[in-house]
Amino acid sequence: MQALEYPFDSQYIIKKKKSLKRELLSRDVKYVEKKIAVLGGSTTHDIIAVLELFLLNAGIRPSFYESEYAKYWEDVMFDNPELTEFAPDLIYIHTSNRNLYHLPQLSETAEEIDRNLSDEFARFHSLWEKIEQTYHCPVIQNNFEFPGYRLLGNLEASDVHGSVNYINRLNAMFAEYADTHKDFFLQDIQYLSACYGLDRWADAHYWHMYKYALAVDAIPTLSYNLSNIMKSIFGKNKKAFALDLDNTLWGGIIGDDGVENIEIGPETPMGQVFAEFQTYIKKHKDLGVILNVCSKNEQENALAGLNHPDSILKPDDFILIKANWDPKSKNLVETAGQLDLLPESFVFVDDNPAEREIIRSQVPGVMVPEIGSVEDYIRVLDHAGYFEVTALSADDAKRNEMYKQNVKRMELAQSVGDYGEYLRSLEMKGTIEGFIPMYLERIAQLTNKSNQFNLTTHRYTRAEIEEIADSNDYIDLYGKLEDKFGDNGVVSVVIGRKDNEILHMDLWIMSCRVLKRDMEFAMMDALVKKANEAGIKTIRGYYYPTAKNKMVEDFYGRMGFHKTAEDAEQNTTWEFEVTDSYRVQNHYIKVNEK
Amino acid sequence: MSREEIYERLNEVFRDVFDDEAISVNDETTAADVEGWDSHMHISLIDAVEEEFDIRFDMKTVVKMKNVGEMVDVIEQEA
Repeated sequence: MQALEYPFDSQYIIKKKKSLKRELLSRDVKYVEKKIAVLGGSTTHDIIAVLELFLLNAGIRPSFYESEYAKYWEDVMFDNPELTEFAPDLIYIHTSNRNLYHLPQLSETAEEIDRNLSDEFARFHSLWEKIEQTYHCPVIQNNFEFPGYRLLGNLEASDVHGSVNYINRLNAMFAEYADTHKDFFLQDIQYLSACYGLDRWADAHYWHMYKYALAVDAIPTLSYNLSNIMKSIFGKNKKAFALDLDNTLWGGIIGDDGVENIEIGPETPMGQVFAEFQTYIKKHKDLGVILNVCSKNEQENALAGLNHPDSILKPDDFILIKANWDPKSKNLVETAGQLDLLPESFVFVDDNPAEREIIRSQVPGVMVPEIGSVEDYIRVLDHAGYFEVTALSADDAKRNEMYKQNVKRMELAQSVGDYGEYLRSLEMKGTIEGFIPMYLERIAQLTNKSNQFNLTTHRYTRAEIEEIADSNDYIDLYGKLEDKFGDNGVVSVVIGRKDNEILHMDLWIMSCRVLKRDMEFAMMDALVKKANEAGIKTIRGYYYPTAKNKMVEDFYGRMGFHKTAEDAEQNTTWEFEVTDSYRVQNHYIKVNEK
Repeated sequence: MSREEIYERLNEVFRDVFDDEAISVNDETTAADVEGWDSHMHISLIDAVEEEFDIRFDMKTVVKMKNVGEMVDVIEQEA
């Protein structure tokens, strides 16, 4: 819904929140349900109301637990049957500098202030530890905005008696905790309030009137940012850019002006601003964001522009370059198809409002930001937070390389007539074994990112994956696949829960980048072997349909299961009898050979 | 701006905020007369009225307003 896309009109959202919610709920969307506890040190009512709008807009349907006013600490530290029963999927702790007990006094010594700072941190630390022990769910905690006044003026920043100094030190302690704890995420209000303007953000009117720690008009900014962290945790991030060229990546129209006259590089102010934007885009490769071109141009002109000596982005930085005269909606859908991504995983960047409108109306779900003028491009894309990072894995930086290898595989497949011959020519080697510590992060990430080849769409936190790895109640497998073009890394995860002689398949996922490579058969072979060794007689598979996983509705059938049940919502149950006479189904991947 | 004009625009604000096309307010209307007008919705309402008339109610004004009529008095003076 456009009203809820960045850049949004905050006052409009506050005014129309009731009707916006009604409109969102009237859409035909298959939501992911999430339970979110919001524990506040100030009023949180509208923070929740607006957060709900942003989450609904992203396909997440939240239910909320809200602490009594300012009872964020008590709600966690004391027995709380209501919160226990609520069983949150995520806890957000919203505190502000109004909740600090020990802001420094001029009369205190440096030692006293240090001690107070440790006490202050310890109070939050105990809260987080208690949550980890009791609720086992991800935590988002915001850090602190700067104080509204500076008694010592600029000295506040350097002197130990300064509140600015104190908040900086405390924020550094929060950051260090976040950096060293999985499933703990810092919301950087210090940065957000600076962007917004601290005087407007911390307008005292709202504290004294309503006990809001921030201005009501700033709430959409806070809640939107919060929704981005949640979308990232719950696997709703965008994955790819589709970028226009003329007046988006460089100034001018290359077909009319010629490659020598486009504006890119250090010679002119316009050339510089486009170069800075290209640099920003290029950095996304290291995050694993896939870059593609979607331009109305002759292919040769597009390549000439990207080969301009001052162009930061080179043809090689892109996975697919679609430069032709077809409608961009068609090109974008094709690009998505060729990369085995959904169109809604794309962010479409184009300076032309007409092209943006075409994508919006023809390919729903694609993010199409109103990017403004070229000097605004970076700020708009950055604050929109489409690629909010909550966990960095080594695979991210390699992702563009992997997609590129996939394009090469596609070319090979087209040149080799027989599919079996093609698979053989890939010289695939797999590693399939129980979860090992080195891959826990990647495994958790995969459970949150896989949407299409995902039978149950059960999401796991890193802590849950670790529990499963350590437990004897599960058969867990990860699968890694490499071939002559490169290493795909961990691409498949299977989790089966033991129940006497039955194995319930809680999860079966595979990355779409290894579709039709027989990897699923290799996983099946390994699963059956492990199940047999564990005395399992029946493997019971479950398929829960979502808007995205239709491709696996008959997956268990193809694996040799038979369907035993189907309910009104097309949830299906399948069974496979484990016997010694099982015949391996994978013939192309060499598994666990050194 | 006349009181009639203010009421015309104010009613639109009420309808937007409470998502109810049937709302019509007058000098005597108080929170008790409008379904959903609780302390939380009051904040959104004040925010939306401020935006509509491009004014800012200061604290001592907000705490004193007893009914819609008094709100319109302030808008008349400020806008």
